Amino acid sequence: MYIKGPNGAGKTSLLRVLTGLVSPDEGAVLFEEQNIIKSREQYHQQLLYFGHALGVNRSLNALENLRFWCAQHGVEHNDAEIYEVLALLGLVGLEDVTVSHLSAGQQRRVALARFWLQTAARVWILDEPFTALDVQGIALLNNRIVAHLKQGGCVVMTSHQALDVDYPTKELQLEYRI
Amino acid sequence: MSMALKAVFERDLALAYRQRSELMQPMMFFILVISLFPLGIGPNPETLQKVGPGVIWVAAILSSLLGMERLFKDDYNDGSLEQIMLSATPLPLVVLVKVLAHWLTSIVPLLLLSPLLALFLNLTEPMYWALLSTLLLGTPLLSLVGAIAVGLTLGLNRGGVLLALLLLPVFIPLLIFATAAVEAASLQLPYSAQLAIIGAMLLISLALAPFAIAYALRVSQN
Repeated sequence: MYIKGPNGAGKTSLLRVLTGLVSPDEGAVLFEEQNIIKSREQYHQQLLYFGHALGVNRSLNALENLRFWCAQHGVEHNDAEIYEVLALLGLVGLEDVTVSHLSAGQQRRVALARFWLQTAARVWILDEPFTALDVQGIALLNNRIVAHLKQGGCVVMTSHQALDVDYPTKELQLEYRI
Repeated sequence: MSMALKAVFERDLALAYRQRSELMQPMMFFILVISLFPLGIGPNPETLQKVGPGVIWVAAILSSLLGMERLFKDDYNDGSLEQIMLSATPLPLVVLVKVLAHWLTSIVPLLLLSPLLALFLNLTEPMYWALLSTLLLGTPLLSLVGAIAVGLTLGLNRGGVLLALLLLPVFIPLLIFATAAVEAASLQLPYSAQLAIIGAMLLISLALAPFAIAYALRVSQN
């Protein structure tokens, strides 16, 4: 599902309602026919959210951030895997550099490493995942999204870039109303 | 789940160590306030002994307010809080661990300094032991109740003043019982009743505050 719309149309708000961070004024979000507010824990085990705020602490390094994230989300991990994923994302040698010393794109790549580490989540909710990434980074992420879709996963995302994934997508156009 | 909680605890301790200059601020404030008092009101030992327990407690409350915002502010700003809320680990347990880590890193140093400061204010030994026990029971209460208000004011840009306004009235009973305990100790009277009341307040907040904090954090995301 690809959500389009001008700035202020409510794309991010919609995604935040879908994650359960914000409760909707009307209606409910159902996951496997259960209201996500009621079955929050089951839903969150299946969910991977990537928002505007990266969720990467700037005083810690990439490795510490990802170790914490994995432990927090119950993802089995060892350092070798994290090193491997960071290498894939072009962050070799930067694993133990404090995140505040990395560039904006590199910081995003640290956060994006979650998509390679967390393989159990079926629902991906991505808010502008391509911002600040270079061409190579976009290609990497595109491939990962397609691989996830082919495994039967579901992706809901917003993007201002034209979407270039080799997979049938649904589009939802939001309008800006005052 | 215990792995997740351990990870939160270790991360917060590591962060506190990296940002130790930030932790120094409330501590310096605490020392400065207490060392200025004898200069301000004169070095008469009896006067100092009389105001001492109150001064130490007021300084402890104010300096804990100074460091309180650290508890969730960074995590809120960089999105870590969102990620924590979207994990399967129950939020009340996570916040309880965070409050514990915060107490250990920003309040326990104050307790360690307290013998020196008690000396500045000419407290007798029984008074000091009473003071230390009220601080040990009372300061976790400050952190737990404070965290609720921090959660509520997260969305505000300059929430610090509002935080103080919200919290100070709540801390007044604690201040009264704590200073009454030290007062009783100075007269060689038993003070277990005051300690028991502070202990009861601590237990209630230990049971209820994590849920209130978790709820406040969820509200802050709206």
